[in-house]
Amino acid sequence: MTTILIAVAALLAMAAVFGAILGFASERFRVEGDPIVDQIDAILPQTQCGQCGHPGCRPYAEAIAEGEEHNKCPPGGETTIQELSDLLGREVLPLDDEHGDTSDIKKVAYIREDECIGCTKCIQACPVDAIVGAARLMHTVIVDECTGCDLCVEPCPVDCIDMIEVAPTLQTWGWSRPPGVGQQPTQKIALVNLP
Amino acid sequence: MNLLSLLRPRKPASAHPPLAAGNTRRLHDFHGGIHPPQHKTLSNQTPIRPGPIPRTLVLPLNMHIGAPALPCVQVGDTVLKGQKIADASGPVSAPVHAPTSGVVSAIEARPIQHPSGLDALCIVLDTDGEDRWAPLTPHPDYHLLPRAELVNLIREAGIAGMGGAGFPTAIKVNLRDSQRIEQLIINAVECEPYITADDRLMRERADGVIAGVQALQYLVQPQETLIGIEDNKPEAIAAMRAAAANTDIEIVVVPTKYPSGGEKQLIQVLTGKEVRAGGLPAEVGVVCHNTGTAWAIHRLLSHGEPLISRITTLTGTAFSNPGNVEVLLGTQVRDLLAFGGVTVPDNGEYSYGEYSGRLIMGGPMMGFSIDHPAVPVVKTTNCIIAAPPEELPEPEPEQPCIRCGACAEVCPADLLPQQLYWYSKAGEFDRAQHYNLMDCIECGACAYVCPSHIPLVQYYRFAKGALRQQAAEQQKADRARERFEARMARIEREKAEKDAKRQARLAASRQKQAPGSSTAPTVDMAALKAASLEASSAYKAAVKALKAAEATGDGDAEALRAEADALKARADSAKAAVRDAKDSGAATTPAVPASDPVADLKKAVAEASSAYKQAVKAAKEAEASGSAEAASLRAEADTLKGRADELKNALREAKEQAPAVTPAPPAADPVAELKKAVGEASSQYKSALKAAKAAAEDNADDADALRARADELKARADQLKAELRDAKERAPATVAPVAPATLTTPATPDTQAATDATAPVAASTDADSAARAKRMKALKTAYNMASKQWKDASAALERATREGADDLAVQQARVDKLKKKADLAKEQLNLLVDEAKAAMKQATGSDLKTLKLAAARSESAAREKTAALAAAREAGDEAQITVLQQELAAAEQAALEAARTLKQAVADQGLADV
Repeated sequence: MTTILIAVAALLAMAAVFGAILGFASERFRVEGDPIVDQIDAILPQTQCGQCGHPGCRPYAEAIAEGEEHNKCPPGGETTIQELSDLLGREVLPLDDEHGDTSDIKKVAYIREDECIGCTKCIQACPVDAIVGAARLMHTVIVDECTGCDLCVEPCPVDCIDMIEVAPTLQTWGWSRPPGVGQQPTQKIALVNLP
Repeated sequence: MNLLSLLRPRKPASAHPPLAAGNTRRLHDFHGGIHPPQHKTLSNQTPIRPGPIPRTLVLPLNMHIGAPALPCVQVGDTVLKGQKIADASGPVSAPVHAPTSGVVSAIEARPIQHPSGLDALCIVLDTDGEDRWAPLTPHPDYHLLPRAELVNLIREAGIAGMGGAGFPTAIKVNLRDSQRIEQLIINAVECEPYITADDRLMRERADGVIAGVQALQYLVQPQETLIGIEDNKPEAIAAMRAAAANTDIEIVVVPTKYPSGGEKQLIQVLTGKEVRAGGLPAEVGVVCHNTGTAWAIHRLLSHGEPLISRITTLTGTAFSNPGNVEVLLGTQVRDLLAFGGVTVPDNGEYSYGEYSGRLIMGGPMMGFSIDHPAVPVVKTTNCIIAAPPEELPEPEPEQPCIRCGACAEVCPADLLPQQLYWYSKAGEFDRAQHYNLMDCIECGACAYVCPSHIPLVQYYRFAKGALRQQAAEQQKADRARERFEARMARIEREKAEKDAKRQARLAASRQKQAPGSSTAPTVDMAALKAASLEASSAYKAAVKALKAAEATGDGDAEALRAEADALKARADSAKAAVRDAKDSGAATTPAVPASDPVADLKKAVAEASSAYKQAVKAAKEAEASGSAEAASLRAEADTLKGRADELKNALREAKEQAPAVTPAPPAADPVAELKKAVGEASSQYKSALKAAKAAAEDNADDADALRARADELKARADQLKAELRDAKERAPATVAPVAPATLTTPATPDTQAATDATAPVAASTDADSAARAKRMKALKTAYNMASKQWKDASAALERATREGADDLAVQQARVDKLKKKADLAKEQLNLLVDEAKAAMKQATGSDLKTLKLAAARSESAAREKTAALAAAREAGDEAQITVLQQELAAAEQAALEAARTLKQAVADQGLADV
């Protein structure tokens, strides 16, 4: 009987101690904000293009967290949908075509500088401040910061902004996927079965 | 996949330590590896020849790993051999020197040594054939130089790893002081087939190589220096042994196995140490350099030459004159093809001509095909293979993987190539990464043994590239996020600033409009008081401290006194501030409405009497059940009663004392007040009488006392009645003759009320009307509620009908039910109202209609009189005016009285809000 009492007392004491520790920890290490929104935001491609109908990637992340469909991001494409499905435990949906079609070709905005009249409208439209210039002075795009969101093309009154494809450089080039079973590799690796 | 790893034969490194001839060192083994045909004799039979000086040299700005160099010459500049033409652009970068004298003809994008076939910026040098050297400064006594200076020399000479990767040597030899290097390893293994550049170099220039190694020893300060050479180069081994005879450099012969020349593999073979994934050899105390690098350092120190040439193997059966050539950097491959005897018709810059075989830069295992022979030789180009199709056939078509596991058996990095292949092919790059894809050295051993001819390395390179791109995109996305957030914050801030400015402008314009009105400063009394308290307590503390100091005769008493004085002044000023604030704030601070003492008392009385009643009830119950506690309960009830009486008295007193505070409109009408008092007194008397009777029935002790009290109350009521009569007599004109009499009759215990019989009846009537009023009110609420619900339900039904909802029947039923409920409530209410009207008629002698009529008539009479008075005033009839004034006063009084009677009657019966 005493043994049982001792055991019960010991367990109760341990429960109390651990409860206190857990309670303290939950207060001390409380997570502020909604981490799921941050996680969704980290997956989204951050083009800030607004094709999903939200003014930027974070607002869309918040909307997804509140139950909106996660297939409205054309720049992210299938990969993003897949990742979001994995994260949220939702069904993998086909990309919603309403919100523009996806293309793997990366584009950046380019301002034809001699046609620019310096209206600053594109500067106001750029979600990532990637266009520099001042009123009545020529503007130009910081190519490294441009997300290719397209938002500056529409406001331009003289249509001097083009979306041009980004050419691969030595830094961005990568080997292509071999064509697969039954075909010869397109890129010849020197490696051979030497006689 | 676990099964797969089980299947893989695991050979412990110590299982069969190969001990090659002449070695004193116990070697280790690495996993896997292959033994492809060597093809080395094709090129290692002839001595190294000096290369051609072609018409043009193309010098890419990134011949090394890291940032491209920055050109420091202009187009048109004449440069000398060995002159620097491009500067290092960062810590991980290397300068470029002119390999021969000539004129810079262009700085433009040209095809370079890259599997992508992409163009990159190059300096194009038109050679003049004179090969004039720039002035050189050799450093034969480099031992006298500080190491940092020597490192800088190597850096400025543009020396980069000559083995294949091209990592700037200066960084590798620039060790931190804390780093201790155990082994300096010179990689002379040259394990890849076809290549013999290091072999020939060691055979012919062993002394120079050893000198270069000694310079590296000076820089790295290793405990031991090892030169690893594969056992398929006996001549090179012999030459190196001879050259290193009197040094502490050890020549270690390693068994021929591909890829033992891989850095990590060689370190493992020679020392048994393994470099962790993603780690550097320096972490395990090893530094590894190539033989070619040692030779370049020797040339730098002994002759002052920067890195402008290298030994490249020209091999493959397409060459009629294969062998090793000391090639100037920037020599285009087509010039070498011509030099080595491969016919290349000159029909255009990028023309490949008649030659239809494969052209490979680097070895057959790790090199890459080049599409056009305009690609230049760079610092890392150790081999050019030109092989006709019969020698190097086109790769076979890929076949499905049969899961034989051969690839896993030969992988020198101990990976699972099959898994990497599946994941790379399926695009699951993160899983491939999980299987340590990044540790793959792309040696090609797996693809070599693959019976299905799967281009495994290309899959891995593809996956690696995709991973790198993902990482770059992630980085870019992070930056975009930051910029987006920064922009949002900026917009927010600007908006806030604009708002603030507008507010300020608005305030300024308002002040201009009303210059006189100074906004009263809001005085924070609480803060002032707190400050004052704080100041005074500080002063007190200071005084205390001063006294203590004086008592102990401490030296700083004076200082303390001064401090105390200062504090006192502060406290005084704070107090004054509080006073000022009070004075000025008295007018402005809204006086808290003094709580009505009478109301409070009333509440207290009500509470006390209800407590008393409860106590009495409890006592009665206790008595009925014969409980012993009855006596104590009764006593308690008595004390409660006493308390209630006390409170009642207090209330009366308070009422008398504060006649102004109590809302007493009848101040002008003493009769009405008296009436009320009479009513109260009589009701008190009645309740007292009732209590007394109850007590008498229960044979309670205090029945006599109660009766006495009832008598007392009766006396008081009588007295009040008399007063009322007097008052009435005093003001006969002002009081309407009908109303008071009818009103007072039932409520006042008149002659007949004095008898015990009538009193309960009157009381019951009062109680009835009160209960009825209560019920009426409840019913009215219920009716309102029900009718509102009914209306809502009807609206919902209408909506549902419009929209064609399914549950119309249910909703209809609900509406009907609610309507019925509302009707019922209304009916009951009407009944009660009728009852109340009847009761009113009985009580007042006239029904509601009559009362209303009377009120209306008197009011209209008053109005008529007012009109007549106005007419008389206009006519100026003085006598008439006086008469009319009197009549008007009387009429107004009558109207007022009638209205009050009506109101009273309605209120009595609870009809007010029906």
